[in-house]
This record gives sequence, C-alpha cells and structure tokens, in this order.
Amino acid sequence: MARVAENERSAWKGVWVFAEQRDGVLNPVAIELLGEGKKLADDIGTDLCALLLGENVDGLAKELISYGAQKVYVADNALLKNYTTDAYTKVVCEAIDEFKPEIILLGATHIGRDLGPRVAKRTTTGLTADCTHLDYDTDKYMQFLAGVTQAKVPEERVAKNRENLKMTRPAFGGNLMATIICPATRPQMATVRPGVMDKAVKDDSRTGEVININTTLTADDIRTKIIDIVKTAKDMVSLTDAEIIVSGGAGLGGPEGFKLMQEFADTVGGVVGASRAAVDSGWIDHSHQVGQTGTTVKPKIYFACGISGAIQHLAGMQNSDIIVAINKNEIAPIFEVADYGLVGDLYKIVPLLIEEFKKLA
Amino acid sequence: MNILVCAKQVPNTKNVTTDPETGRINREGVESILNPDDANALEAALQIKDKDPENVKVTVISMGPDQAKDMLIECLAMGADDAILLSDRKFGGSDTWATSNAIAAGMAKFNKERGGFDLILGGRQAIDGDTAQVGPQIAEKLGVPQVTYAQKIDIDGKKITVDRQLEDGYETIEINMPCMITCVKELNTPRYMNVGRIYDAYEQPERIVTWGFDDVDIAEDETGLKPSPTNVFTSFAPAPKGAGRKLEGTDQEMVTELMKELQEKHYI
Ligand SMILES: Cc1cc2nc3c(=O)[nH]c(=O)nc-3n(C[C@H](O)[C@H](O)[C@H](O)COP(=O)(O)OP(=O)(O)OC[C@H]3O[C@@H](n4cnc5c(N)ncnc54)[C@H](O)[C@@H]3O)c2cc1C
Ligand SMILES: Nc1ncnc2c1ncn2[C@@H]1O[C@H](COP(=O)(O)O)[C@@H](O)[C@H]1O
Repeated sequence: MARVAENERSAWKGVWVFAEQRDGVLNPVAIELLGEGKKLADDIGTDLCALLLGENVDGLAKELISYGAQKVYVADNALLKNYTTDAYTKVVCEAIDEFKPEIILLGATHIGRDLGPRVAKRTTTGLTADCTHLDYDTDKYMQFLAGVTQAKVPEERVAKNRENLKMTRPAFGGNLMATIICPATRPQMATVRPGVMDKAVKDDSRTGEVININTTLTADDIRTKIIDIVKTAKDMVSLTDAEIIVSGGAGLGGPEGFKLMQEFADTVGGVVGASRAAVDSGWIDHSHQVGQTGTTVKPKIYFACGISGAIQHLAGMQNSDIIVAINKNEIAPIFEVADYGLVGDLYKIVPLLIEEFKKLA
Repeated sequence: MNILVCAKQVPNTKNVTTDPETGRINREGVESILNPDDANALEAALQIKDKDPENVKVTVISMGPDQAKDMLIECLAMGADDAILLSDRKFGGSDTWATSNAIAAGMAKFNKERGGFDLILGGRQAIDGDTAQVGPQIAEKLGVPQVTYAQKIDIDGKKITVDRQLEDGYETIEINMPCMITCVKELNTPRYMNVGRIYDAYEQPERIVTWGFDDVDIAEDETGLKPSPTNVFTSFAPAPKGAGRKLEGTDQEMVTELMKELQEKHYI
C-alpha cells in the first residue's frame, strides 16, 4: 500500500479526525479538528469521520456525532484504556488498512505527536507536523496565500495538486511558513496545533453511524508499562479555553510578580500565562508557558506584562483577538504586534488596571 | 552498553530572518549549532556513562552535510566516545520519512559491525523543522519501542523508567532496552565542552567516520528528495500582524484610555 497510483486514489475516502481522549474526556483539540475537518470534507464532498480508541467509550462516540462526525470508527478495548504507542499505533494502522481514509488529522499534542509519526511510518505515508492552516479547495488556498504573501506558485504545480491537501505550518522557529503536500501516498496525514482551528458546534439532534474496528491487538503487542499518571497542573486546558489571559515575563523580576498576575487574572476572570524566560527562571510551572514550545492561545484579550515579544513567544499568542502590551522598553518587539501598547512599569500600571476592572464588576 | 545519540546540526533560528519577497530563509551569517534538545539527549547519555565509564560507550550519529563535523567535534568535546556522519548527496532533500530510513540504515550497520546498540537517545524536535517525527520514525523502522518527551530517565539493568511529559503533568513508563527515548529540555542541563577534549577531538579525526549511501544498506527509493512522501508546495514569510497604537499620557491616562477602548469595542 501507501504509494497509491493516481487512478486508485479515489478508493481512499473520508476525512478522519483522531478523537484524542484521556479518562473518558475528549481533548478539546478533537472538537477543533471536527470543526476544521467538516470544512475539508464539504470541499471534497466526502464524510467527516472520527476515530475513537479507548475503553467504554460509547458516550464519547455519541458526543462526537453531536459535534458533526457522520461516522465514528471505534475500537473499544481494555488494552486501549490508557494511551500507549504500541497499542494505538497497531489499531490505527489496522483501521487505515481496512477503511482507507483519504485524510487523517490528529492534534499536535503529546499523544498526537507520539502516535502520528509511527502510524505514518508503518503505513509508508507522509505526515506534516503542527499545522496551523489547512486547505483542500485550491481556490480557497490561493486566496489565503494572496492574503499573506506576494510569492507566487507556478501554475503547473497548482494544477497538478488540485486534489491534494495543502498543509501550512510554521518552521524555523516561526520565521518561515511552509505549505506541504503529500501527493503520491495515502492517507494524507497532519498533526494540527491545538488552539488554532475553530471548534465544531454541538447539536444533539445529529445522527451518525458507529462502526467497529476489527483488531488483532493483544497484551503482548504492548512493550511499555504505565506505572503512574500524575497531574501537576489544573490550568492547562483552561489556558487554551480562556477568554482572557494575563501573561507575565522576565520583566516581573521574580516569582512574587506572578502573585500580581494572579490577582489581575482573578479580577478579570482570566488565566495566568507566562513566557519561557519566566518558566526557565522557575517562577511558574511549564504548563503556563505560551509560545512555540508552550501552549498556543487565542483568547479575546491577551495582556503581555514584562514580555519582550521574542518570535517564539509571538508564535503562540499573535492570533489573539486583542493584544495589550505593558513594557517599559518602548522599542520592545511586543509593541509591533500589540493592538494597544502601554509604555511603563507594569508594577505601576497593572494595579491601576485591577482597580479599573474592579469598578466594572 | 552502547548508546547511540541522534544529533542534528541546525541554524540558530533565534537569529534567522526571512526574505519577504522570495520567502527564503536568509542563512548568511546565521551560526550553526547543536540542536538544543539533542544536547539534552547527549547529556543524558553522558550521565549514564559517568556512572560506569568502563562499560558504557556513547556514539553520536548525525545525517547532514560535511560541515556537521563541527557539531560532532562539539559532541566529542562534551564527552562522546565517537561519532558517525551519514553524508551523501543521495540523502539530500529527505523529509522525516526518508531521513529516518537513512539514519536507521546507519544504525543497522552499527549493529552489525560494532556490537548491538542498547539505547537510542534523540531530541524531541529539531528547531529548524520542528517536526518531532524523526525519533519515532527511526524507532518504527528499527522495530523498537519508544518513549517520547522524556523529562526523567532512570536505568536499572535492562529496564528503564521514564517520566514522559504530558500537557498537564507526566506519566511514568517502564520500557526495556533496546529502545528509543526522545528528550525535552527539562530532562537535564547539558554540560560544557571540556578544553582537553576539544583538543583530543581535533587530534583524533578517526573518531568521526563518514558513511555514504553505498556504505549502508539502503535502496534508492528509500531516501532523498524524490522518494520522500511529503514535498514543499510553497514557502513564504509569515504575515506581520500590523502594530496597533501606543497609548499616551500618564499611567492613569493610558489605563483610562485602554478601558474606554476595550468597552467601546465590546471586548469587556
Ligand atoms: C527553541 C526555542 C523555543 C522557545 N520557545 C518559547 C516559547 O514557547 N515561549 C516563550 O515565551 N519563549 C520561548 N523561547 C524563548 C524566547 O526566545 C525568549 O527568550 C523569551 O520569550 C523571552 O521571555 P521574556 O519576554 O519574558 O523575557 P525578556 O526577553 O528578558 O523580556 C523582558 C521584558 O520585560 C520588560 N520589563 C522589565 N521590567 C519591567 C517592568 N517593571 N515593567 C514593564 N516591563 C518590564 C523589558 O523591557 C523586556 O522587554 C524559545 C526559544 C527557543 C530558542
Ligand atoms: N539529520 C539528522 N541527524 C541526526 N539526528 C536527527 C536528524 N534529524 C532529526 N534527528 C533527530 O530527531 C529529532 C527530531 O527531529 P525532527 O523530527 O526533525 O524535529 C532530533 O532532535 C534529532 O535527535
């Protein structure tokens, strides 16, 4: 399989979304993928499907249908209760062999980025990592491209790839955007950055089909043993979901600064974020880090306090609706992306802001 | 015990800029460095060696152009025993699928000629492509199990216990050698190069061997640009988000103005 002749590609059908779940709870990225997958499936004229692995996941299959999945491929098995590379890779590859999807999207999460490369390798297909924009329809892609660059794509290349997924992602630490295609093999696979795509809307009246995956999985296939799963942060999910984020950087000068950030966040009903410099200094846990190697966020308002605006930080927050920057250095790069820039000492400005927000309450 | 460390030479993306016209990376004047996560992988290997220097051998393996030898010298100067550079025009233009085939072929040769490897360590991701795919794909090609995102590694005989980073915590996993582990920066702090070792590395060039396409067991359709399943359709500079405005006045005036704006535009 894998390398698929042009006249046989039509046998590969459906847009599949890997429905990542832990402890019976869907990762929010699965709902984002259903939102994006629907657009792709409509442009192709094919089904939007979810791929669900776990134990006792009937309820989740229904939830996926209510979020728009027309088919849910399910492997319900005690060996799939917790994610392991070996078990999940085997079952996903078996499902691909049996049902031949055209496209598979996974969240670029710690699970998706462990599973995706192994599945792509075993099925001899390509995988594009950490995508932030996807197009199937070529005209829509050309419109998107014209909006961001003057660079042109040779006509011939465009014509040849009308039926291939165009997967766009940042590279070189966000200094370059690249659109990747996977022309000669199927399925076309991508991991998609969490927090970037719009979520599917829930509608409990939707109906869909649940299809069981036949698997030959046995306990012997699994070569790792999970001893323990430890949760250290409770804010993680809320960072991607937060409407307001108050982020602090090296400019806080020390761990106490995050007390002020927390007070500000509590006042506005937001969540605390951080730059890597603040995390590396040990002032706050890594789970709060926003950016290329942290979480990508898209809140309504992002307050950047004492953050210089390095490209790796911007990579994780520049799609926020409104960015407010507070920095005492008036030429800090953060001001180049900020909708509202306040030049000054955050220790003077933030308390004033807290006061003003308290008046609103 | 043989440990293989996958290390890549990468441009320091902190200093990279993109030409907005051509959408090409300006490489001029950008230094090349040992990929940061790979330095953590090497440090993890060296810490294992520190405990049993007689019996642990650390070999760094890299695929890249000839100039990657500079980085390999750096690895020897940190304490690696020797290094293998996979270098050939035929490897050029490889995506992660094709890269992992070439590196796995190099490892298979190592296995045959130098006694089997017990442990492969790599970085979570390389900062040029940021894919985090090559490690797992080497493991798949070699048929060994993997743990990615390792933030803590403990070895006891053939059994390794790894704390694997998750978004909201970590999981503790047991795995047996031979296996592949990819490392994140939280794992450790890489050591500095040792001056004596830098000197030794230059004096003993035979510690770095170069293997080309014909030296390893690999087919034409497994590596290089053409067999790679993914291709670049186009590349371009990211669109700059237009700067908004700087507010004026005293701290209180700026804050008042901001509140007015946010309310008028219905953000709060
Ligand atoms: C591979 C790689 C991945 C990375 N990933 C990430 C990532 O995911 N997220 C991330 O954030 N970074 C990341 N970085 C690091 C990034 O390059 C920067 O080093 C980091 O974002 C800087 O953090 P900072 O803005 O808090 O610190 P600094 O750059 O030190 O900036 C501090 C700012 O605070 C201002 N300031 C100081 N005192 C005050 C005050 N009293 N009031 C107001 N302003 C004040 C200063 O003017 C300055 O602009 C990554 C780097 C690499 C190489
Ligand atoms: N050309 C290469 N040579 C050696 N190791 C590599 C190479 N490319 C990737 N790797 C290893 O695979 C990891 C992930 O790389 P990437 O998939 O490119 O993000 C890196 O941190 C390295 O350990």
